[in-house]
Amino acid sequence: MSITQTADPALDATSRARDLLGVSRLTNQALTRWLHGLPGVDQVGCEARAAGLGTRSIKTTSKAWAIDLAISMIDLTTLEGADTRGRVRGLAAKALLPDPSDPSTPRPAALCVYGDMVGIAREALGADSGVKVAAVATAFPSGRASMAVKLADTKDAVRAGADEIDMVIDRGAFLSGDYLTVFNQIAQVKEVCGDARLKVIMETGELVTYDNVRRASWLSMLAGGDFIKTSTGKIQPAATLPVTLIMLEAVRDWRDLTGEQVGVKPAGGIRTSKDAIKFLVTVNEIAGEDWLDNHWFRFGASSLLNDLLLQRQRMTTGAYSGASYIADDSPSTAY
Amino acid sequence: MARVDVKKTYKLYIGGKFPRSESGRSYEVYAARKGEFLANAAQGSRKDARDAVTAARAAQPAWAGATAYNRGQVLYRVAEVMEARRPQLVQEVRDAEGLTAAAAEAVVSQAIDRWVWYAGWSDKYVQILGGLNPVAGPYFNISASEPTGVVAVLAPQESSLLGLVSVIAPVIVSGNAVVVVTSADRPLPAITLAECLATSDVPGGVVNIITGKASEIAPWLASHRDVNAIDLAGAAGADGVDWGALEEASAENLKRVLRPAGTGADAVEPDWTATPDLSRLTAFLETKTVWHPKGR
Amino acid sequence: MPKFEYAPAPESRAVVDLQSSYGLFINGEFVDGSGASFKSISPATEEVLAEVSVASDADVDAAVKAARTAYTRVWSRMSGADRGKYLYRIARILQERAREFAVLESLDNGKPIKESRDVDIPLAAAHFFYNAGWADKLGYAALPGGANPQPHGVVGQIIPWNFPMLMLSWKIAPALATGNTVVLKPAETTPLTALLFAEVCQQADLPPGVVNIVTGAGPTGQAIVDHPGIDKLAFTGSTGVGKMIARAISGTRKKATLELGGKAANIVFDDAPIDQAVEGIVRGIFFNQGHVCCAGSRLLVQETIAEEVESRLKRRLETLRVGDPLDKNTDVGAINSKAQLDRIIALTDVGEAEGAERWDNGCELPSKGFWFRPTVFTGVSQTHRIAQEEVFGPVLSVLTFRTPQEAVAKANNTPYGLSAGIWTEKGSRILWMADQLKAGVVWANTFNQFDPTSPFGGYKESGYGREGGRHGLEPYVKGTH
Repeated sequence: MSITQTADPALDATSRARDLLGVSRLTNQALTRWLHGLPGVDQVGCEARAAGLGTRSIKTTSKAWAIDLAISMIDLTTLEGADTRGRVRGLAAKALLPDPSDPSTPRPAALCVYGDMVGIAREALGADSGVKVAAVATAFPSGRASMAVKLADTKDAVRAGADEIDMVIDRGAFLSGDYLTVFNQIAQVKEVCGDARLKVIMETGELVTYDNVRRASWLSMLAGGDFIKTSTGKIQPAATLPVTLIMLEAVRDWRDLTGEQVGVKPAGGIRTSKDAIKFLVTVNEIAGEDWLDNHWFRFGASSLLNDLLLQRQRMTTGAYSGASYIADDSPSTAY
Repeated sequence: MARVDVKKTYKLYIGGKFPRSESGRSYEVYAARKGEFLANAAQGSRKDARDAVTAARAAQPAWAGATAYNRGQVLYRVAEVMEARRPQLVQEVRDAEGLTAAAAEAVVSQAIDRWVWYAGWSDKYVQILGGLNPVAGPYFNISASEPTGVVAVLAPQESSLLGLVSVIAPVIVSGNAVVVVTSADRPLPAITLAECLATSDVPGGVVNIITGKASEIAPWLASHRDVNAIDLAGAAGADGVDWGALEEASAENLKRVLRPAGTGADAVEPDWTATPDLSRLTAFLETKTVWHPKGR
Repeated sequence: MPKFEYAPAPESRAVVDLQSSYGLFINGEFVDGSGASFKSISPATEEVLAEVSVASDADVDAAVKAARTAYTRVWSRMSGADRGKYLYRIARILQERAREFAVLESLDNGKPIKESRDVDIPLAAAHFFYNAGWADKLGYAALPGGANPQPHGVVGQIIPWNFPMLMLSWKIAPALATGNTVVLKPAETTPLTALLFAEVCQQADLPPGVVNIVTGAGPTGQAIVDHPGIDKLAFTGSTGVGKMIARAISGTRKKATLELGGKAANIVFDDAPIDQAVEGIVRGIFFNQGHVCCAGSRLLVQETIAEEVESRLKRRLETLRVGDPLDKNTDVGAINSKAQLDRIIALTDVGEAEGAERWDNGCELPSKGFWFRPTVFTGVSQTHRIAQEEVFGPVLSVLTFRTPQEAVAKANNTPYGLSAGIWTEKGSRILWMADQLKAGVVWANTFNQFDPTSPFGGYKESGYGREGGRHGLEPYVKGTH
C-alpha cells in the first residue's frame, strides 16, 4: 500500500471527502486516521442489542404489513454459474407475479443477476413493472481483477440496462489498511454507474470484526455508495443481524453528518419471514422509519420470498400453507 | 552517686507524630502485680480520636495503593524493629500483665511471630479469597478483596501486646488505616509498638494509637461517619463500655462491626495465644467484582 | 402515526391459576394467618389480584418455631448431598414452571414480561442450581469452619419488591445449601410469586419447616428481626430500613447481611464504544423501571462528548415502549406502587425546582395504574438532590466530568457504594478506574449483568455481606467471631 498515493482529484467523491475529513489532500493516512477515529464497537453489547431486537413479537396486522414490506424489499437473486436464460426468465416471471393465487401480493424490488443476464432480465421484466434490474459487477464475488476489468464489467452491465450495480470492495486492500485503494475503486465504479444506483458489497464475513464493518461502511459511503451491502452470499457468515445493525447505525449517523441518506442491503442467509421481520424491526428502531422503504432497504435473497409468501397465505387464509401452494419456477423442498 | 535516669514520656501516636492529648490530660499507669507507678500516659480525648480519624483517612489511600509486596515488607520491617526492642517490650509486658520474665519473653516472641505471620499474608489473601467467576455469558468476571478504609479498633484490655498486635496487624495488612484505643490500664506496650511503627517504614497515619479510656473515646469513634468499620474486641473488660450501644451507634453509617468474643451480651477477651485464622483480616475487607465483555 | 406499529402481543394469563386469597406457608402447609389480610394489586391496572394474610407476631413465632424444629430434627442432620438434591429439584421445577412464574411476576410487580421471562425467572432457577452444587462441597469453599463449616440455624430473610423471585432465590438458595432453615417475608406489594414458590417447595417434597413464607408489611418484618429464635438476618431493601435492622440487632449475636440502596455512577469516556454505551445507559437506569438498587442513576459523561451522548440517548429513549407489562414488546412497565410513584414524582419535582433541565420521551401512558415516563435530567450537579438520593425509578441524572480523576471523585462522592459503570475502549483506564471506584460491583463496557457465580453487594451505606458466588455462602456459616 502506498501512503503517499493521492486520490484522483477529478472525482467529486474525493473533494467531498477532503471537506468531510478537513484535509487538503486525501491520503491513505488521512483516511486511516478518520476511520480509526470512529467509535469502537463492543461485540458483546452489539450482539446483545441485536438479540434484544430479535425478541420483538410482531403479530396480526403488523405482521401482515411487515410481510408485504419485506416482499417489496427483496432483490430476488440468482448468481450461479449454472444460470440460464430460462432460469432468469423464470425468476422474472416470479417477480412479476409472486403469488398467482393472490394478485395483490407486492412485487419484489429487483431481480439481481450476473452482468451477462441483465439484458434477459430487462427484457423479461418489461419497462413498466417497477421491478429493477440489479447486476453484480467488478469481478464478483472475489473482486480479484484489475481495475480496468472491474470498470468494464460495470459499464457492460449499465449499458445492458442495469438499474443498480452491486459491486464488491477489495477486501484484501481493506484488510491491509489500504483504504485509499478501496475508496478510489468505489469512487471510480460510481462514476461509470451513471444513473444506476451503486450498492457496495463489503463482504462482512471476510472483514470479521464489527469495527471493520463500521469502518468499511463509512468508507463506502464516503466514496459515494448509494447502498451498503453485507455480502456476496458466497461467504459465511453472510448477513447477520448484528452486522446489519452496525450498518444501520452507520447510515443513520452518516445522514446526521451529511444530510444524505444511504441504503442498506443485508444479503445471504435470510431465509425465513421471522428473520426478515427481525431485520425490519432493527431497521425501524436503529435507523428509523425513513428506511422502511424499498428505496432504502433491501434483502438480497432467493428462498426468502417463498417463505414470505407462505406466511402471507397463512395470514390471508388463516390456515398453514405448504410448498405445493407456492408457484415457483425452481421449486424448493427446503421447507 | 547513682545516675539519674531519663524517664520515658508516653504520648499519643497520631499521623506519624507523638503529640500530647489535646486535652492536656494524662493519667497514671501502675504495674499489674505490685501496683507500683510506671509512668504517666496521655489520656486521649474525643478530639484526639477525631484527629486520628482525619490522619487515618488521609493516609489510607496511599497505603492501600502501595503494592502488596511493599506492604508485606513494611510490616516485616516492623517485626525487625520489635525484635530489636525486645528487652523494652518484655519489661513493659511484664509490668503491664504481671508476668514472669520467661512468660513475658514468650508473649513478646509470639507477638513478633504473629506480626510476621500477618505480614506474609499481604500478597496472598486476595488469591485465596477471590478469583475468576465463571459466569454464564461472554464476560470476564473477577472478584477481589479491597480494604474497607478507616477502621477503629478497641484493643484488648488484658493482652497488652499480643492482643494488640493480633488486632492491628490483620487490619492494616490489607491496606486499611487504623485508629486504636489501647487498653486503659496497660497502655505502655502500645506506645512502644508505636515507636516501632514510627521507626519502621509504616507511613504516618496508617496506625494511630490513642491511650486512655474506651468508655470515653469509643462512642465518638462508633458514631463517626468517616470510620468504615469498628473492632469491639477491647469492649471485653473495659469499664463503662456497652458494646451493644457502640454497635447501635455504628449502624448510623453502617459500619462493619466485629463484635467482641463471648455469648449473648457478655464480652470476653479471647485467648490470644490461640492460632489465628483469617477472620480478623476478612472482617475488614470488601469484595469488589468487575465485569467486562469478551469480544473481538 | 408510526409506519411500523407493533400490534399488542400479550402473553397469556391463562398459565397462572390465581386463588382469591392466600394464607401463610408455615411448616410445609398453607395456614390462615391470625391477623388481618391485605390486597395485592397489579400496578399496571390496579386490579386486585388476591387477598394475602398479614402475618402477626404469633404467626412469625410459629414460622420460626417450625424452622427451628426442621433445622434441629431434619435439615441439620441431612447430608449436604441430600440438601443439594432438594435444591436441584427446586431449580428444575422453577425451570418447568418458568412461564407461570414470569407471568405472575409481571402481573404482581408490573415489570415487563420480557424481563421476568428472560432475566428474573431463569436467573432465579440458576441460583438454585448453582447453590445446589455447593451443598456437599462446602469444605472446599475456604469458609470459616474449614473442612466443616457450620450453619447458623434459623435465618430470617426479608426481600424487596423489585425482583421478588430473584431476591427470594438469592436468599433461600445459599441459606439452604449451607444447612440453614428459613423464614422469608416477601414485600407487601409483591407476595404472590413467593407464595407460588411455597407450592414448589411442596412439589419438591422439601421437608416441612425448612422454608416458611410469611407475608405482611413492616411490622411482620420487624417481628422477624426481633424474634429471639432468629440466628441470622438477610435483608435487601432501603438503606433506612437496613440501618434500623442494624440497630435492632446491635448487642445481640444475630448476624446480618444487608443489601441496600445505591446511587451508581455510570461513567462514559469520550473513547467509549458509543452505541453500546447508550445501550448500557438505558439498561442501567430503565431496566426494571429503574427499580434497581444498583441502577446507573447518575450518568457521568466526559464533557467532550456530553452533547452527543445526550442526543443519542434521547433518540434511543424515544424507541422505548412503555405499557402493558404482559405485552412481549414492552420495554418499560408499571411503577410498582402508588407510594413509589409519589416518591418519584416528588423527587423529580425537586430536580426541576433545583434547576436541572427535565426531559422525558413523551410516550403515552395508560390511564389506569402507576406509570412514569423515562426521564432524563441534564445540567445536574453533585449537590442536587436527584444526584444524591436514590429515586428508584426511570429517572436519569446527567453530570459531566473532564478527567478520570474528576470522574472518580464524583462517582465516589456519595454515602452509597453498590455499583459503578465504566465505558472506555482503553483497557488500562478501565483497570485503574475499577481500582479507584468504591463500589462492590463494577461493570466495564456493560451494565446490570447478574450471575449466580458473581458476588454482589456494596461498600459503605450500600450495606455489607455479599450474595452470589462462593462469597455468598460466607454469611450463612458461623464465623470465628
